[in-house]
Amino acid sequence: MGHSCAIDMCNLSKHYTVSRRDAGLKAALRSVVRRATSQVVAVDGITFHLAPGEIVGFLGPNGAGKTTTLKMLAGLLYPTTGTATVLDYVPWRRERAFLQQIALVMGQRNQLQWDIPAIDSFALNQTIYRIDPSAYRRTLDELTELLDLAPLLTKPVRTLSLGERMKCELAAALLHRPRVLFLDEPTIGLDVTSQRRIRTFIAEYNRRSEATVLLSSHYMADVEALCRRVIVIHHGQILFDGNLRELAQRSSSYKTITVQTPDEPSRLASFGEVISREEGQVKLRVPKAATASVVQRLLEECAISDLTIEDPPIEQVIEQIFAQGVVA
Amino acid sequence: MKALLAVYRAQLKTSFLMYLQYRASSVLWLLGMVLEPVIYLVVWSTIAGANGGAVDGYTAGDFAAYFLVLLLVNHLTDNWVYYEFQERVRQGLLSPLLLRPIHPIHADIAQNLTYKFMMLVVMLPTAGALGLVFHPTASITPLSLLLFLPSLVLAIAIRFLVEWSLGLTAFWTTQMSAVIQVYYVGLFFLSGQMGPLALFPAPVQVLAQLLPFQWMLAFPVQLLLGQLDQHAIVLGLIAQTIWLCLSLAMMTVLWHRGLRRYSGMGA
Repeated sequence: MGHSCAIDMCNLSKHYTVSRRDAGLKAALRSVVRRATSQVVAVDGITFHLAPGEIVGFLGPNGAGKTTTLKMLAGLLYPTTGTATVLDYVPWRRERAFLQQIALVMGQRNQLQWDIPAIDSFALNQTIYRIDPSAYRRTLDELTELLDLAPLLTKPVRTLSLGERMKCELAAALLHRPRVLFLDEPTIGLDVTSQRRIRTFIAEYNRRSEATVLLSSHYMADVEALCRRVIVIHHGQILFDGNLRELAQRSSSYKTITVQTPDEPSRLASFGEVISREEGQVKLRVPKAATASVVQRLLEECAISDLTIEDPPIEQVIEQIFAQGVVA
Repeated sequence: MKALLAVYRAQLKTSFLMYLQYRASSVLWLLGMVLEPVIYLVVWSTIAGANGGAVDGYTAGDFAAYFLVLLLVNHLTDNWVYYEFQERVRQGLLSPLLLRPIHPIHADIAQNLTYKFMMLVVMLPTAGALGLVFHPTASITPLSLLLFLPSLVLAIAIRFLVEWSLGLTAFWTTQMSAVIQVYYVGLFFLSGQMGPLALFPAPVQVLAQLLPFQWMLAFPVQLLLGQLDQHAIVLGLIAQTIWLCLSLAMMTVLWHRGLRRYSGMGA
């Protein structure tokens, strides 16, 4: 096979036409006669590439263009401009051979029939995706084991909890062993245990099948656990594409210094901003550039029994990037 | 082709399982489906009785035969794809269907067929029981029975494709709701569900000839009952073929344009 790129694109953009009207009856009546529309730029000339087997986090605040991008790559949307290929197919032509090799799992909208047990929907997928019976059996067993599906498969889907349903949705999307997997907020609304379960599973699936995974999530924990590489999108444009750790280091202009000291915390306020104080332990936030000199002064002037320097939590860094719209 | 058949078989099974969940609503639906033609039948029989036994040659027995066969044909051609499709687009349920390597119409056809065959189990005895009450008279010949089958299949296909196409107008939302209204009014007045079209004024009959509605319903009914002459049968089969091609073309064009439009809204 040997694709050099599993996902490839150049200058991909998507503009939506949305109808627009002011609140109120008068505006509603006016819109009957004349519909005012405007253009919304959802994705604004993005370019990135994914190698086969890579697992990449796609980050951005709501409305940044994540879902639109995933939908274009899965063939649901025609781009306004630009080109893209996934496994060497042009996605929006939606050729059968392409659709048989990909899957898009969205947190809310779904494949499974609501009123019947998941196993019956799975059987339908088997014929639709033309999965060989023995391969189907094997994959189903594997997914059942990895996701602990056995007790869920024979219950009508509407009686399952959100977490249970999501596990079944994932299984339904993976029965045909897609080589490229798009996940749009797969853990949204799930409790911590279910989130962890899904996360472990995605990592395992990626490892076993060498599938390429592009994952969007609001939960940094998902991204931290799964992705070495992240792509940050904001207002439809790519702000950062690279190593997650590098992003954290580059973008945080502060460091956190934690010291163990019997000294009065108020004394430490002159060294930096005190962000927390517990018995004998104080956390200070100091500008990155000043870290070395602050540490030196601390050691000279205070009775310090222990000292650690950390980057701020990645969550905080991302929040800051989203708020400011720039990567330092 | 073999793979497609397998999909149909699986889809039929899935739909069957789904419908079994809704026994109560099926009974209510049956009641509505039966009540309407029975009311028309009673009205026309009363008129025939007051008229000295017949209206334009239609006796009470002819009306009974007409409405009982109409009940069955209406059941077989009826579908709800229009509503289903509107809901799908409104609630964003279409996207998962578009991700599958198969045209979504196949699932709808399979579901529709399942429902028809399932409900036939109750529909046929119901029609039989009504027959005992209303004493239908008809001269069904082997030839009319033979010609009835293709005309029934054509009627089912035309109505399905037309209503699936109407469902596709969901992509254009409110701008198209007037078209939908016109369709349902036409279906009500010109399909023959109120009574044999031969009893309607001449201009209405001409209009009915030009529009698809009677080819979806009244034509197979009257063909089976021997109420049409040779000329009318040939004309009807040609009209059905033309409407099949037109509705197929309409569906294909609307589907492709609709997908573009759907994409413009953000799928």
